[in-house]
Amino acid sequence: MTDADLNSEILLDHYRNPHHHGQIENPSAKQLEYNPVCGDTIQITVRIENDRITDIKFIGRGCSVSQGTASMLTDHVLGLSLEEVKKISQEDLLDMLGINLGPSREKCALLSLNTIKKCISQYENKSRS
Amino acid sequence: MHSWEQIKNDFPIFSNKGKDFIYLDSAATTQKPRVVIDAICNFYENSNSNVHRGIYRLSEEATEIYSQSRSAVSRFIGSSDPRQIVFVRNATEALNLLAYSLGRSLKAGDEILLSIMEHHSNIVPWQFLIDKGVKLKFVDITEDGTLDMDDLDSKLTDRTRIVSLTHCSNLLGTINDVSGIAGKVHDNGSLFIIDGAQSVPHMPVDVSSIDCDFLVFSGHKMLGPMGIGALYGKLHLLEEMSPFNGGGEMIREVYQDHSTWADVPEKFEAGTPNVEGAVGLMAAVNYLKDIGMDNVRKHEKELIRYTLELEQESRAVNLVSYGPRDINIRGGIYSFNLGEIRPLNLQDTLMDDNINVGSAVHPHDMASSLDGDNISVRSGHHCAMPLTHRLNVVATSRASYYIYNSRDDVRMLFEAIERISKVYS
Repeated sequence: MTDADLNSEILLDHYRNPHHHGQIENPSAKQLEYNPVCGDTIQITVRIENDRITDIKFIGRGCSVSQGTASMLTDHVLGLSLEEVKKISQEDLLDMLGINLGPSREKCALLSLNTIKKCISQYENKSRS
Repeated sequence: MHSWEQIKNDFPIFSNKGKDFIYLDSAATTQKPRVVIDAICNFYENSNSNVHRGIYRLSEEATEIYSQSRSAVSRFIGSSDPRQIVFVRNATEALNLLAYSLGRSLKAGDEILLSIMEHHSNIVPWQFLIDKGVKLKFVDITEDGTLDMDDLDSKLTDRTRIVSLTHCSNLLGTINDVSGIAGKVHDNGSLFIIDGAQSVPHMPVDVSSIDCDFLVFSGHKMLGPMGIGALYGKLHLLEEMSPFNGGGEMIREVYQDHSTWADVPEKFEAGTPNVEGAVGLMAAVNYLKDIGMDNVRKHEKELIRYTLELEQESRAVNLVSYGPRDINIRGGIYSFNLGEIRPLNLQDTLMDDNINVGSAVHPHDMASSLDGDNISVRSGHHCAMPLTHRLNVVATSRASYYIYNSRDDVRMLFEAIERISKVYS
């Protein structure tokens, strides 16, 4: 088994048995994002305390890449500060997956990262106002 | 008669990509035979110069080749006069030309009748006319994926100016009875446009016997190069219509405040035309004519028959497909899903259990996995979102066949689908 095969298997396992699946009651922020082209949908709810992600859950539907990545990413960001999450780049995310997705499917993977970042913006805008 | 195995050898990409490479996306674009590639090279190596106007021999030669291409395309679809062929970029551009040019004479309250199985290229250009008060209506489909003729009859009214329908659906594979519909449309006093993007490459199409007013198609979906397509129109209609793009070649005289137009078809071909494309398309239609369009259709009918047989026997979980089961009205197109993912309505509350694991494989996962087996299929809405909404699915995977595909390709596809079904369930 190559590394890429192993990483695909890990992603598929996240898809079949997603971590942090569900919704948080009274979250600090909640965002739903979707890609009209393929119908991939992710909704993320987060709890933020002292500028740190203390709880995160997602629900969604779509392909294994969009849903599997959401599961992996929720694992990754739990406990991080908002500044740390904001610094996660597209390249960081794709490195984390460790699979060569190709340009058309990178969009599927990036959906959950965009959703988390929108949650943070929503939280920060709310705190400022 | 050629052997189909030999025909595959005419396409360099199959030897270059290796014998495991299975291409099942010809409804998107076809591969190109050596004769088409050579014709394009030959034009640039021996005959390249700009067409029209040139007095020198090379320009006359290029003009002659361009005009031969027009005649070849005209004969290929049974048009009696090459002036009825306008070269365009593709079927999409032809439909934009028609919507613009015919649309100029439409008034508020006029209706255009389309169908729910149209490609976006036969919907969006007409939507540009909604601002004028023009109304778009859509013929629905029946359960088996054929046009609902009762619905067509009821929506064809005395306000209907134009009826524009696909000859063969790029998602369902349904072959519509365009000859029968042409009669109804003309009895109603409306113009009849056929989108032939999925029919002209795959079956005999004769505009004289169908008696359509316009037919559009793309060269790249019929072995020709990208960037060339054709609009067929009845000569008297093309002559009455206003031009689309303005510029060189399409004028007779230009003054500061007005211009007069060149004759048809040049009136619609502003700027330096795609001569390389026209030359490549001529090579493609000659190649197809040599095989015989009846034989092309027979071959694809056999492949879709075999496809539906293997589907019946398949052990893949929740395998569903779309389009008519009657192969006499079915092109070589197979759209399928392993379980169905519904389109998202943002008003719907997402439920915790909506991740679909085990119940459905997303078409993007299907296409990626098939690609892992060296099988190229398309997945998505296939530029027919109103149809995927009508079918209540977010997307499908689609295999589409052509002359270089074989029963082996179909068998490999179904073996792969079964394997993928196991991986995801």
